[in-house]
Amino acid sequence: MTSLILRTVARVSLHLTLLFSVFLLVSGHNAPGGGFIAGLVAAAALVLQALAFGVEHARRMVPVDETALAALGLLLAAGTGVAALVLGQPFLTSGLLHLDLPFWPEVKISSAFFFDLGVYLVVVGMVLQVIFGLREA
Amino acid sequence: MELVLALVIGVLFGTGTFLMLRRNLIRVVLGLGLLSHGANLMLMAGAGVPRGRAPILGAGAGAVVDPLPQALVLTAIVIGFGVTAFLLVLAYRHIATFGDVDVLGTPMDPAPARVQARAAADGERTVAGRAASRPAGAPGGGGDFR
Amino acid sequence: MSSPLVFLPVLLPLLGGIVLWLARRSLGVGRWGSLALAAVTLGVEVALLGLVRARGVQVMFAGGWVPPFGITLVVDLTSAIMLVVSGIVGLCVLGHAVQTLDPDRERHGFYALYQFLFMGINGAFVTGDIFNLFVFFEVMLIASYALVSLGSEPGQLRGGVHYLVTNLVSSTLFVAAVGTLYGLAGTLNLADLAVKVARAPDPAVFTIPAAVFIVVFGVKSALFPLYFWLPASYPAAPLPVTAVFAGMLTKVGVYAVLRVFSLVFTHDPGYLHAALLVVAGFTMLLGVLGAVGYDNWKRILSVHIVSQVGYMIMGIGFLSVAGLAAAIFFIVHQILVKTALFLIAGLAERATGAYDLGEMGGLAGRYPVMASLFMVAGLSLAGVPPLSGFFGKFLLIRAGLAQGEVAVVAVAIVVSFFTLYSMMKIWRYAFWGEEKPAGLRPVPAALYLPAAALVAFSVVLGLGGEALLVLSQQAAAQLLDGTAYVMAVLGAR
Repeated sequence: MTSLILRTVARVSLHLTLLFSVFLLVSGHNAPGGGFIAGLVAAAALVLQALAFGVEHARRMVPVDETALAALGLLLAAGTGVAALVLGQPFLTSGLLHLDLPFWPEVKISSAFFFDLGVYLVVVGMVLQVIFGLREA
Repeated sequence: MELVLALVIGVLFGTGTFLMLRRNLIRVVLGLGLLSHGANLMLMAGAGVPRGRAPILGAGAGAVVDPLPQALVLTAIVIGFGVTAFLLVLAYRHIATFGDVDVLGTPMDPAPARVQARAAADGERTVAGRAASRPAGAPGGGGDFR
Repeated sequence: MSSPLVFLPVLLPLLGGIVLWLARRSLGVGRWGSLALAAVTLGVEVALLGLVRARGVQVMFAGGWVPPFGITLVVDLTSAIMLVVSGIVGLCVLGHAVQTLDPDRERHGFYALYQFLFMGINGAFVTGDIFNLFVFFEVMLIASYALVSLGSEPGQLRGGVHYLVTNLVSSTLFVAAVGTLYGLAGTLNLADLAVKVARAPDPAVFTIPAAVFIVVFGVKSALFPLYFWLPASYPAAPLPVTAVFAGMLTKVGVYAVLRVFSLVFTHDPGYLHAALLVVAGFTMLLGVLGAVGYDNWKRILSVHIVSQVGYMIMGIGFLSVAGLAAAIFFIVHQILVKTALFLIAGLAERATGAYDLGEMGGLAGRYPVMASLFMVAGLSLAGVPPLSGFFGKFLLIRAGLAQGEVAVVAVAIVVSFFTLYSMMKIWRYAFWGEEKPAGLRPVPAALYLPAAALVAFSVVLGLGGEALLVLSQQAAAQLLDGTAYVMAVLGAR
């Protein structure tokens, strides 16, 4: 599997794929995309690294414990729901924040974004956990 | 379109069931995958074949597709994905422990002699079950991921 | 009545489970943290029961979406009772687990998985639509798959695979049935479904998904002829895991039958509920006969779960207030007593190092407290007055006779004798006879606490069963009528 072609492609495509996953994540609010798909794309990028350079190499690229990543993502996703509960709204009610940043007028941040971010982390963490786990099993 | 879907669902359920009746655990996993695809398609088909545009406000006029079945199927796919991953890990551990993928050995059977011997050789490894605590190249150490 | 309290029995285990997972290397945090969490959850559930009794059915619409759209959580009396019982079992089994589990399992995330398990269980009790019932079932099952195979001993692996594959097939059928139902009714909200099925011009079509649901829930709750996975997988897991599975998991399946076949699919009782009665009769009989052949404490009890589930399904099959009330009473009794019996098996294992009855003997002389706990719990399981099991079975039999269902009632009575026989067998071999002196170990007093608490509940439910009886009759009336449930969910329109 570790052919020169695969390794070259893996090296070149890593950053592009990760960037694309971020694009999918942020555009997912009202266009096709979203945390789950973005997470899968990011995880696919890392799995490709694992295929090309070995699991240990891929593991070194993720500086944090992948199970902690999944747990933090779950906490973030659940936290956005709890935030609505704290503000007196039903669980998971979505909120919208308008910001006027310098050089970037009219930024809209929805609380659903943080939910998606949580899902993103969960998916990345879980896929990596499965891949690394199968290697170690 | 409904007829095609019905046929596809039937084929998926049929082949899935056939694979699940094998003794080989890997085939059982594959069969389960086919079965769950069949069930997901059935959910889509049961809710009506989608004809219309995406249900986004202000994206045009005309009939829109019911988004709920898609959300349900996506959820079911995600759950199926997680469970299949777990099942594969379990199958891997099955191979590492018993040296085969035969599901027919029932839990009531005493473990085969070679399993007991291996368990004794592995000592305290039984719970942690990690490769780290196992000498390299030991039986059941698992093939290289690549 | 909309109340944020409704979601807490799901949210607390979720958040707590994440924290426990992150802190899984620390045994102190795991043990004390999970115990505190279980206690708080139980407190919330008791408060919820009080709230439902005082103010009627409580609902919560996630994200503020008005039903039938969006995710609805509903707690009526039945749900609230089940939640409280799940809280009690959760706390008691955890009290046993923190004292007996090996640190390796603890460090591999037992406490986090345990909380996720209860998130799924509680979620199944509070959900107001049938798809989220599937989702919470899966949450519960995924946590249970991991718990069953945590440790990866050879027996556990085999049992785990059986358990996993069987339940996955039933989950697949669940999705298929949900798809069919959605195609027929256009909704999955239980309250909305109840209205739609009742008003359907041709309700017979709903018999198709209903029959598939019987199969699906039949696998989950180990009904005849789909119970074969249970004796294969339950005894393989470590004792606290088996205890909580025995207490709760099959009962979640029974709860699903109870909910769906008393609220939604009541259009064709001549077929569906008659089928449930037949299944119940065979489940009772074959379950108890299966237990006769075993000489292992854990296995005997595991096979008995199947038999007891039959009683509950019988009560549901009657589809009357008396039958449903008896079923609810029996479920509560059964969850508490069955869990207690497993925990007592754990005590005996601590003393003798085995679950095989052949390796025990004479425990009554050395461990009088253990013996009396088992005596009470075993007699309660068999249905001897004045313990809770007697009233549970009595109510079921009376409800059956009132409707002239003589055959299934006769089976229920015969099965009771066999149950008593199994309990006597354990008693005879484990507690009486020659003391086997080889390595009897002392059992710490604190280990008795969880089992004693559960047995005490059984005694209280027997002697003071009036309160629970009234409560379960109210719950049954609410289930069968359905108006309060539907009004609470759809009343906003």
